Amino acid sequence: MIRLEDLTKIFQTPSGDITAADRINMDVPEGNICVLLGPSGCGKTTTMKMVNRLIEPTSGKIFIGGEDVTSKDPISLRRSIGYVIQQIGLFPNQTIEDNICAVPDLLGWDRKKSRTRAGELLEMVALDPATFLGRFPKELSGGQQQRVGVIRALAADPPVMLMDEPFGAIDPINREVIQDEFLRMQKEIKKTIMFVSHDIDEAVKMADKIAIFDAGQLIQYDSPDDLLAHPKNSFIADFVGGDRTLKRLRLIRVEDAMTKDPPRVTADDTLDKAVNLMEEHGHISIVMVGPKGRARGVVYLSDARGKKGKVGDSHDKLPVSVHVGEDLRTAVSSMFMHDEASLACVDSDGIYKGYVTQRGITHLLGATYRDQ
Amino acid sequence: METISFIIGNFGYIVELTVQHIAIVSVAVGLAIITGVPIGIAITQNQRAADIVLYTAAIIITIPSIALFGIMIPILSTIGQGIGYLPAVIAILLYSQLPIIRNTYTAIANVDPALREAARGMGMTSFQRLRKVEIPLAVPVIMAGVRTAVVMNIGVAAIAAYIGAGGLGTLISRGISQTDPRQLIAGALAVSILAITADFSLLWLQKRFTPRGLQSSKA
Repeated sequence: MIRLEDLTKIFQTPSGDITAADRINMDVPEGNICVLLGPSGCGKTTTMKMVNRLIEPTSGKIFIGGEDVTSKDPISLRRSIGYVIQQIGLFPNQTIEDNICAVPDLLGWDRKKSRTRAGELLEMVALDPATFLGRFPKELSGGQQQRVGVIRALAADPPVMLMDEPFGAIDPINREVIQDEFLRMQKEIKKTIMFVSHDIDEAVKMADKIAIFDAGQLIQYDSPDDLLAHPKNSFIADFVGGDRTLKRLRLIRVEDAMTKDPPRVTADDTLDKAVNLMEEHGHISIVMVGPKGRARGVVYLSDARGKKGKVGDSHDKLPVSVHVGEDLRTAVSSMFMHDEASLACVDSDGIYKGYVTQRGITHLLGATYRDQ
Repeated sequence: METISFIIGNFGYIVELTVQHIAIVSVAVGLAIITGVPIGIAITQNQRAADIVLYTAAIIITIPSIALFGIMIPILSTIGQGIGYLPAVIAILLYSQLPIIRNTYTAIANVDPALREAARGMGMTSFQRLRKVEIPLAVPVIMAGVRTAVVMNIGVAAIAAYIGAGGLGTLISRGISQTDPRQLIAGALAVSILAITADFSLLWLQKRFTPRGLQSSKA
């Protein structure tokens, strides 16, 4: 969708030429979020701003949806690309409604159509249109303003969005919330997004692909997992951090890491059966499920061995379980917190789906290194 | 007491002079807004031009008004307007340039760069940026400049009575030459009241023109 070919920017300064972007080649597939990442002055922002020609390229080409935009009129180009900046830049003299409708107004949309759209967009970010349309930017909190900044960029429904550290100015707690909200939105709207960040955690969370820049060059362009598992050189290894393998935990969902169709017992089963099952699988505990398959309790091998009776009479409470949709970071964190070596995985209805173990996770993360 | 009875006795005449005074100042400042605001906006594009224009305007404002009237007499005499209304308007027009140009320039130049970037990034032309964002944000500061110009030049216009421009200065100059404190005090009082009234009404206007989104919630 966005393709950069040998894109180069050389700034002429009194102290000599500075190559801010050096023959950048990359391709952002349609519907992907591509995070441009790197230390300040690495060329990530310059590269992004060349896409909507806020910075004119020195040489090279930019294609959007197959069309070479390097010779297109920059004004109409910019109106067709959503643009979000860190400082938000809501116009303080205009209401939220007028702010959201800024681009549709420039494009000469019918007023009624654009105003209806403004209300819909506010609802998408969980702000009540009746309350917020008529307000002014200063009457909103930072997080609310940033949400409006994002939907303003979406107002004319552009296929492509450029986001320059859009969540950088928000406090960490709200940032997580807005990031999650934005990812949920992106699932529906499927925009092709170039997103500048200097925060590796944000990049890992948001990106389908990450492009790491240094000194004007694109060093590595890969999926987050590949980048974390196989940094191309020591610069990238340092940049992504010594705990990069831990960061990969975020990228894997419990569902994809758990052992499915685990052995289980019901309340009516005998403790003998439970012990046999555990010994057969080499487990030290087994989950007891209810009639519909909900995880109800747990039987430990050490307690059940040598005892007679039903599971229903001598099971323990399940100390903790994890939702299959969570990421492994949450799962591991739960295990550490409750001092458990394995964790029962349940779906939204509480149905027992499988289990993850610390060993299993270690094994999974290590797989990519063993293949080398 | 004598002054009061003078004022009462000549009330119609004082009002007439006040109207003349207002006519000089408002026409001159009106013209100054028409010229100064575009100049102030234009020089935001070029630092060198801004320096030159602002220095020139600052030099003009240091010329004593009496001297400025003197300079204009031979020049404007060539079109038969050496004294009277025209030189008074021109002098005030020139004096008003500094506060109006400087405030316009400062207000536009100080518009948050993030707003400019957002406006540019969404595809506004520079003219649209001015009209939708920069000028609305600059209006309160420009209005403050206009206010300064008006209040300052109500004083200058009083001196213009010496070149026959009329206005409340007539009372003052006559009061001096005839050593008549009644006229002198009445004229000075009227000029002061006019200046204070103008200041307050322009302040009110300035608040009216401030976009609602910029007004502090307490005001």
